[in-house]
Amino acid sequence: MFANFDTHVITNNLSYLFLDGMRFTLILTALSTVTGVFLGTLLTLMRLGRWKVLAAFSAGYVNFVRSLPLVLVIFWFFFLVPWIAMWMTGGSRPIPVGAFMSAFITFTLFEAAYFAEIVRAGIQSIPKGQPSAGYALGLRYWQVMGYIVLPQAFRNVLPVLLTQIIALFQDTTLVYVLSATDFLGAADKIAKRDFRQFELYIFVAVVYFLISFAASYAVKRLQKRVAIIH
Amino acid sequence: MKYEINWSVLWQESPYGELYYQLLLNGLGWTIFIALFAWILAFALGSFIGVMRTTDSKFWQIFGQGYVEVFRNIPLLVQIFLWYFVIPEFFWGSASTWLKQLSPVYTSIICLGFFTSARIAEQVKAGIEALPRGQRMASLALGLTSRQSYRYVLLPTAYRIMLPPLTSEFLSLVKNTSVCFTIGVMELMGQTNSMSEFTFKTFEALTAATTLYLLINLVVVLIARFLERKTSIPGFMTSH
Repeated sequence: MFANFDTHVITNNLSYLFLDGMRFTLILTALSTVTGVFLGTLLTLMRLGRWKVLAAFSAGYVNFVRSLPLVLVIFWFFFLVPWIAMWMTGGSRPIPVGAFMSAFITFTLFEAAYFAEIVRAGIQSIPKGQPSAGYALGLRYWQVMGYIVLPQAFRNVLPVLLTQIIALFQDTTLVYVLSATDFLGAADKIAKRDFRQFELYIFVAVVYFLISFAASYAVKRLQKRVAIIH
Repeated sequence: MKYEINWSVLWQESPYGELYYQLLLNGLGWTIFIALFAWILAFALGSFIGVMRTTDSKFWQIFGQGYVEVFRNIPLLVQIFLWYFVIPEFFWGSASTWLKQLSPVYTSIICLGFFTSARIAEQVKAGIEALPRGQRMASLALGLTSRQSYRYVLLPTAYRIMLPPLTSEFLSLVKNTSVCFTIGVMELMGQTNSMSEFTFKTFEALTAATTLYLLINLVVVLIARFLERKTSIPGFMTSH
């Protein structure tokens, strides 16, 4: 079978595969990570804070989102975002947003629920005496969190957080259902045009494997270095 | 422009003759079917690989490690395409044709089974390693063979420790079945998508699917809690 493995279909399309496809994947991963971690931290602070309503909302949101398949959520936002955009701008008809924008909003809101749980685990790994000491010194909730708890919490869960980012990187392949041109989408389009699914899917699998494997190896190394020895 | 929400679309007849809600329930049935069979495969394979990684043999440890890395570092969607489009090309003649004509439901079960097995293997390994080292030593000292000590001492307690993480693995598996619609399986996501395309009633279709997925979650969590209570050894675990 590998005797007629056509490498040209890959080498001839490298720029489309990487400069279009992989660029989309990496930008989507990076942006959603930043906004997702930010929103996830906010959700956790709401959950652990004083206001019961916010805490209940945060817990409800996280549990709700975590029990839905990502594909379903992708479809939800692809459908909803144009209507929300219409409502926000006061337009008269749904405003179509591109697959990228829709995916970005989806991944931000979806992954925030997962990041929130990781940040919460991190915060709970900090001994209770530390925030108490902070309050005793007259700091407020946001100051205690911002200066004392969160910096240590992030350090403690950094490996888990990075592993989740690798999972997010792999999950971005699901924008396939929106026919977006991410790395898999680009390969898929060439595969279907040239009837070369065999070559391209293998190539895609190898590339994803190498990136994820290298990244998780780096996380393992890091884990050994940042581990605080008790 | 205003979106008219019309729930009665669920009781309308689809081009296939069935009513839309029946199609969704049919999809739900396939979702559960695929998840259950994939789970059986994943549990058997995962336990095997997980145990392999806790043995003393360097060769089997590395083999198990490699197995887990392969399935963990390739996105699920890419894996399902590999199973569906690429693997049949490795066969010749009638075997290849037979594989290509096989229902994508089988492909889905195999794909999700292998994918989940790698994650279960990790849990099994962690579960066995979480046991006090004395257990293995004591069972070997009592004259049990390695196989017997796994079967009668290590695994029964390890599985109990693993029950909560296994529950969340099963929930992930149910959610992951939604990826199967990309190769044409009409499970819940596939039916939802086709209903939305036929009726343009996307909101209603997605709401129905969301409700059904939440329902599966609820049922699984309740069953898991029951199992945890049923299998717990009094005084063994400190939690609950």
